Amino acid sequence: MRIRCPYCGERSVDEFVAMGPADLARPAADAPDEAFFAYVYERENPRGAHRELYYHAYGCHAWLAVSRDTLLHEVRTAEPMMPIEAEGETP
Amino acid sequence: MRFSALALVWEALNGNKGWRPQWRDASPKDAYDVVIVGGGGHGLATAHYLAKVHGITNVAVLEKGYVGSGNVGRNTTIIRSNYLLPPNTAFYEWSLKLWEGLEQDINYNAMVSQRGVLNLFHSDAQRDAFARRGNAMRLHGIDAELIDRDGVRRLAPLVDLDNARFPVKGGLFQPRGGTVRHDAVAWGFARAADSRGVDICQNCEVTGIRVEQGRVTGVETTKGFVRAKKVGLAAAGNSSRVAAMAGLRLPIESHVLQAFVSEGIKPLVDTVVTFGAGHFYVSQSDKGGLVFGGDIDGYNSYAQRGGLGLVENVMEEAVAMMPALGRLRVLRNWGGIMDMSMDGSPIIGTTPIDGLFLNAGWCYGGFKATPASGWCFAHTIATGAPHALNAGFRLDRFATGALIDEKGAGANPAHH
Repeated sequence: MRIRCPYCGERSVDEFVAMGPADLARPAADAPDEAFFAYVYERENPRGAHRELYYHAYGCHAWLAVSRDTLLHEVRTAEPMMPIEAEGETP
Repeated sequence: MRFSALALVWEALNGNKGWRPQWRDASPKDAYDVVIVGGGGHGLATAHYLAKVHGITNVAVLEKGYVGSGNVGRNTTIIRSNYLLPPNTAFYEWSLKLWEGLEQDINYNAMVSQRGVLNLFHSDAQRDAFARRGNAMRLHGIDAELIDRDGVRRLAPLVDLDNARFPVKGGLFQPRGGTVRHDAVAWGFARAADSRGVDICQNCEVTGIRVEQGRVTGVETTKGFVRAKKVGLAAAGNSSRVAAMAGLRLPIESHVLQAFVSEGIKPLVDTVVTFGAGHFYVSQSDKGGLVFGGDIDGYNSYAQRGGLGLVENVMEEAVAMMPALGRLRVLRNWGGIMDMSMDGSPIIGTTPIDGLFLNAGWCYGGFKATPASGWCFAHTIATGAPHALNAGFRLDRFATGALIDEKGAGANPAHH
């Protein structure tokens, strides 16, 4: 598997650390226990299209949201999870 | 037909013309008392114990491929019961006891070989942790020996005790651990269940689970609808998909685990040896090939094949632990899909749906659990409530917080 990092170009998946599903939304602090249970433990675990987080540990250290097929191991898109501010714009 | 030395001699003298298929290739009937989804080791063992222990023989095992095509034929064949936490310790020891009597029970040569399992440790902290685990085992009446470097040298002479980075300080040895021929486990349980009237239906994929008013009524399959009073799910890496057919979301992710076998050589590795400074385990099959493996690849997968990065990692660990293995050639490698649970421990029990039972979340450790998993799952299905041995493996433990996290890795399935 190879992932096209938007900053570094196409790299081996071995440069990245898989960090799990990309679309888990953390519940509000006052949400009921059931919402936190679902957030922490329950997983969609699809066979096919999956959007997940990859950390480019042996590269630019970016967090990427990668769309990948879990059956075919086909990487479709990789985009920055959090856009990196241009120099001078960081607060 | 019963297998025996006499039968062997008889068939040898009569041109081996009397052997018969070991089980019927059944088509599903319209209705059953119990339908098991998944004809792997756990599903077939469940059917065997349902029939033998509980007298429930109107049972079908539905398998989407063929018997032995899934994880029961993809593991590294190791059995052991060296666990620390209470539900695991007693459960896996029961499994090891069942392994010890399995061949007589099912009249099948599964080549159960109690050659011992040696876990190496490489630091004082790891020695303390292993001593604690060994003590927990001995308190449960399980065999465990903390051995020093000389002991390691005697048991596994090939181990590089003086590895510059990970020197070996000793090991925790369980003499009753060992290996079993995994294909024979699948075939033996299939034959034993079949002989008591269980229908084993291959190439019969479950495509839906019918639930009416909170109660399961049957399963849709590629060979039509099958009515069932009770349904047990034992689908390993596909557990999330099967459970989703009944509207359940599981605390499970599916990951790929690779395994390897080398060319056949003369006896070289006498016990199962595991590397404590990484994650690597090796044994030698009776045919001579070294069977070994390491970690999961780390990303969600249903592909039954992994990547080369992990292959390199496993080979590095192999030569770090036993440098002589560097001269061997690897014959083949393959992948299996692990149902990685959120705390690293399995789930055997009831679900929120009446009549629907779940057996899943086996992570890396499903093979050694096969007999006890089937035994406990059969008890749970037959009586409607878990046995004391699997009461801790309930599905709702993730909501209540009664987790069984052997590794202390937290709610990240890739880390167990």
